[in-house]
Amino acid sequence: MAQIRKNKERSTPALSTSSLPDIIFMFLFFFMAITTMKEVTFKVRVSNPLASEVEKLENKSLTRYIYVGKPMEEYKKVYGSETRIQLGDAFADVSELQRFIVNERSAMKEEEQPLMVVSIKADKETKMGIINDIKKELRNANALKINYAATKRSKID
Amino acid sequence: MGKKRSAGEINSSSMADIAFLLLIFFLVTTSMSTSTGLSRRLPPPPPPDWKPQETEINKRNLFEVKINSENKLLVQKVEMSLGELKEKAKEFIKNEANDPDMPVLFKVNIPLLGEMSITKEHVISLQNDVDTQYQAYIDVQNELVAAYNELRDELSKERFGKLYNELDEEHQKAIQAVYPMKISEAEPKKYGGTQ
Repeated sequence: MAQIRKNKERSTPALSTSSLPDIIFMFLFFFMAITTMKEVTFKVRVSNPLASEVEKLENKSLTRYIYVGKPMEEYKKVYGSETRIQLGDAFADVSELQRFIVNERSAMKEEEQPLMVVSIKADKETKMGIINDIKKELRNANALKINYAATKRSKID
Repeated sequence: MGKKRSAGEINSSSMADIAFLLLIFFLVTTSMSTSTGLSRRLPPPPPPDWKPQETEINKRNLFEVKINSENKLLVQKVEMSLGELKEKAKEFIKNEANDPDMPVLFKVNIPLLGEMSITKEHVISLQNDVDTQYQAYIDVQNELVAAYNELRDELSKERFGKLYNELDEEHQKAIQAVYPMKISEAEPKKYGGTQ
């Protein structure tokens, strides 16, 4: 026994840090995978209305967005300056909304389908006419859980 | 042959730092921002052979809020500013004085709260014009939600000594039963122009 222990001085071995970069990279990829850089490229200008009683939208994977607003400068030539609807990455007409919802819903898992929330992200200058049309189409598409996107502000008293 | 010449090792101790930097960069730049908004439930689509009809809602149970194209409010046929709406709505939902112009009170036994008189059949109907601005619509929605939230907070403060949001699910359910949120997303009418 005694001869195994050499008369060398005993020192704690240095903790190997060679796997640290791998761990950190794993973290990095994990975060890159779960965070979304952005939902879509905006083709319409949306500045959210303000409201004080907002709730958080918990589940992003269950939420689909409808953007309503005036086209950005670079699209004004083609699409005019009237309020337009954007579904996914493209401009759309109200009549296409129902198909969009049905497509999006059928792409979801079956058990999650009834939980789908449609968030209407409309510019605060929008006229209610177009919102009413959207709501009507959503009703027809049986997408009844909706959310009016709004940014939090403090209460007015 | 002599010893194999070993290639000099690359010092990888700074690798971790580089990876950390990248990690922090991604944490900062990616938006974890949760979207916020006002959640609503639309009524189910009408059946194909449905015709608009006079609904049998008792007039006193109905709280009408109309917004015209100039974003002005008409509440229960009275012109009103946005600031007054919340108090008016609270008064209506509560109907403490059992006013005959306000919704019918029902005595209901609610678990955890005992017997309460509640206006379970009240409906807040929100109608808007085609030209109403979205912000004005959201403002009104917001005030109505605020009215409910305040009533719920008041009741839960009085009974449980806590705010509504701090209660557990069971207690929240009880409070909800007293003040169920009933904001009707009715089909808008084009009423402004014809009168």
